[in-house]
Amino acid sequence: MAEKPKIAVHKFASCDGCQLAFLNLGEDLLTLAQLVEIVHFAEAGPVDPDAAVDIAFIEGSVSTPEDAGRILRIRANSRYLVTVGACATSGGLQALRNFADGQEWLAAIYAKPEYVQSLATSTPISQHVKVDLELWGCPVSGRQLLAAVRALLFGVPPWYEKDKVCLECKRQQSVCVMVAKGTPCMGPVTRAGCGALCPGFGRDCYGCYGPAENPNAESLARRLEGLGLVPEAVARRFLFINGAAPAFAEAGLKRRGTAHD
Amino acid sequence: MTEKRQIPIQVPVLARVEGEGTLELHVRDGAIEDLRLRIFEPPRMFEKLLEGRDYTEVADMVARICGICPVAYQMSAVQAIESLFGAEPGPWVRDMRRVFYCGEWIQSHSLHIHMLAAPDFLGYTSITEMAREHADEVRRGLRLQALGNEIIRLLGARSVHPVGARIGGFHHAPARAQVDALREKLQAALPEAEALVRWTAALNLPTEEQEFTAVSLRHPREYPMNEGRMVSNRGLDISADRFESRFVEHQEAHSTALHCLHDGKPYLVGPLARLNLNLDRLPAPVRNLADSVGIKFPSRNMYHSIVARAIEIVVAIREAIRLLEAYAEPSAPHVSVTPRAGTGYGCTEAPRGLLWHRYDIDAAGAVIKARIVPPTSQNQARIEEDLRTSLRSLGVRQGEAALRRRGEMVIRNYDPCISCATHFLDLRVHELTHA
Repeated sequence: MAEKPKIAVHKFASCDGCQLAFLNLGEDLLTLAQLVEIVHFAEAGPVDPDAAVDIAFIEGSVSTPEDAGRILRIRANSRYLVTVGACATSGGLQALRNFADGQEWLAAIYAKPEYVQSLATSTPISQHVKVDLELWGCPVSGRQLLAAVRALLFGVPPWYEKDKVCLECKRQQSVCVMVAKGTPCMGPVTRAGCGALCPGFGRDCYGCYGPAENPNAESLARRLEGLGLVPEAVARRFLFINGAAPAFAEAGLKRRGTAHD
Repeated sequence: MTEKRQIPIQVPVLARVEGEGTLELHVRDGAIEDLRLRIFEPPRMFEKLLEGRDYTEVADMVARICGICPVAYQMSAVQAIESLFGAEPGPWVRDMRRVFYCGEWIQSHSLHIHMLAAPDFLGYTSITEMAREHADEVRRGLRLQALGNEIIRLLGARSVHPVGARIGGFHHAPARAQVDALREKLQAALPEAEALVRWTAALNLPTEEQEFTAVSLRHPREYPMNEGRMVSNRGLDISADRFESRFVEHQEAHSTALHCLHDGKPYLVGPLARLNLNLDRLPAPVRNLADSVGIKFPSRNMYHSIVARAIEIVVAIREAIRLLEAYAEPSAPHVSVTPRAGTGYGCTEAPRGLLWHRYDIDAAGAVIKARIVPPTSQNQARIEEDLRTSLRSLGVRQGEAALRRRGEMVIRNYDPCISCATHFLDLRVHELTHA
């Protein structure tokens, strides 16, 4: 009998929220545990961080010297490596420290910063090793995870969203918050996949699924200025959950450079 | 002269916890001399990330501190900022925030009971292993967890990092029909939650009584969640803005989580502390249930935390039913607020215990400085105190496997959300012998 495919779930600097996409699967979690062998998933029980696996899921960004080495070992042991969530894929909210003085921040929080091992930056996994599939989202959904497992195990190219939130928003017939209410919304540049939850709740998208394919961030930035936002406020819209993703960082930092309020 | 002999044991110890750390024992002449819970969670420096951000961005940012209790972070933050601005969101918002929080308690407690804690008491390493012989109980747990998530989704669109909360109230009010459908599910789940209380109480829990100071919120009428004064079993009774006069955080060399002490001493926050201090705030049927399971509350046995969690699931389901029965769609789901310069304080009961926030905000509404004291940094000194007592009474001669197993069980009672980091705990024994 063929051995069951092995999967591992590793955690770096993050909030645990994307691992919850597994733990919130309910009955599907039990089914998944029958289809594959979960060899490492510390929060759920199994611990074997150095096991060779078919798929390694990575939550979190690299922000310590130890973690920079750990990701290399995981890559060497894994057939496919999949990042889950904003932290692993773009560096996450904590990557905003890349635009500040990380060591100075540490000193402001910890009385004895010398006790704390921390890099000045928080970086996505792809800056350290080859990544086979990136699942965007803060957090990712169970649907994204299961689709990735199925596709990779069947040996077919995984499907993932590249469209903008706007398309998803239209498909579910939500009222456009930017057109109808003049609310500054990130939907036009943000990757779909969340279900356009924020406009569905009558509020602005804040970009938690990261940049879509070919986002025209500069054009949206100008539109937001047209809605009355000062440059620093436009900068903060981009420099948020996925602020270190290149398309967002560029648009945001450009405004911050010109801001003097 | 003392020779320090270090025997690092690389067996990963602490699975089923949200956090990364090592339990380090210093053993001299066969006795535990010192003990440290080393935490290496990579710092994400949220308090600095918040500086310069607009008050409207805070709720979406602080959610990212913890994927398991984002509602708690949002609720402490909105309370702090609204109290500074003098905003009064009114009864609809107040009720729905309590419902929102009930969802998180149900989800988080159910996850902890079934996925993290119960496998210990039944001799399994994971929930999927436990599911083979306890399928009904595991499925009941997964259903309760899903129900908690569904409540959060009602008001937040998704259960992890929900998008519905804002300063002044909510972005969106659910439709009556949706509320009614969920209320029926809650009604149907109530007997399951009550059965869960009996099941946890019947587990083979160690009996070990300890002295500790318990701290929680206390409300004039309700079981505490979003509101109340901070009280203890030693006479503490203060409002949230007085927190810093009685609670001080300091840094230990061995941890990236700051240690918080109350009047210089360790203390307990979380479900057992809340239950011990608020038995008279339980709805009568829940009090009767708690009295019927053969445990005398207030309890000094930390292993009763799992039962306290189950009891709080029943409290949360009943509260959500009660509040949703009276549901009416509001004219607006939030009030508008006007920023004001100053300092605002907020404190609510996260699933794991007190979660205290302070924000200094300028006249334009931007955050100048933020301070957040999560439950796990408050419990950390207490966990170490408990480990010292428990492992000493077990005896180091029991061997490393037994020490590790007991250490894990002790730590899990506190459901530490060291979080947001991972993995496992190494056990390291340093043997000190007289030369």
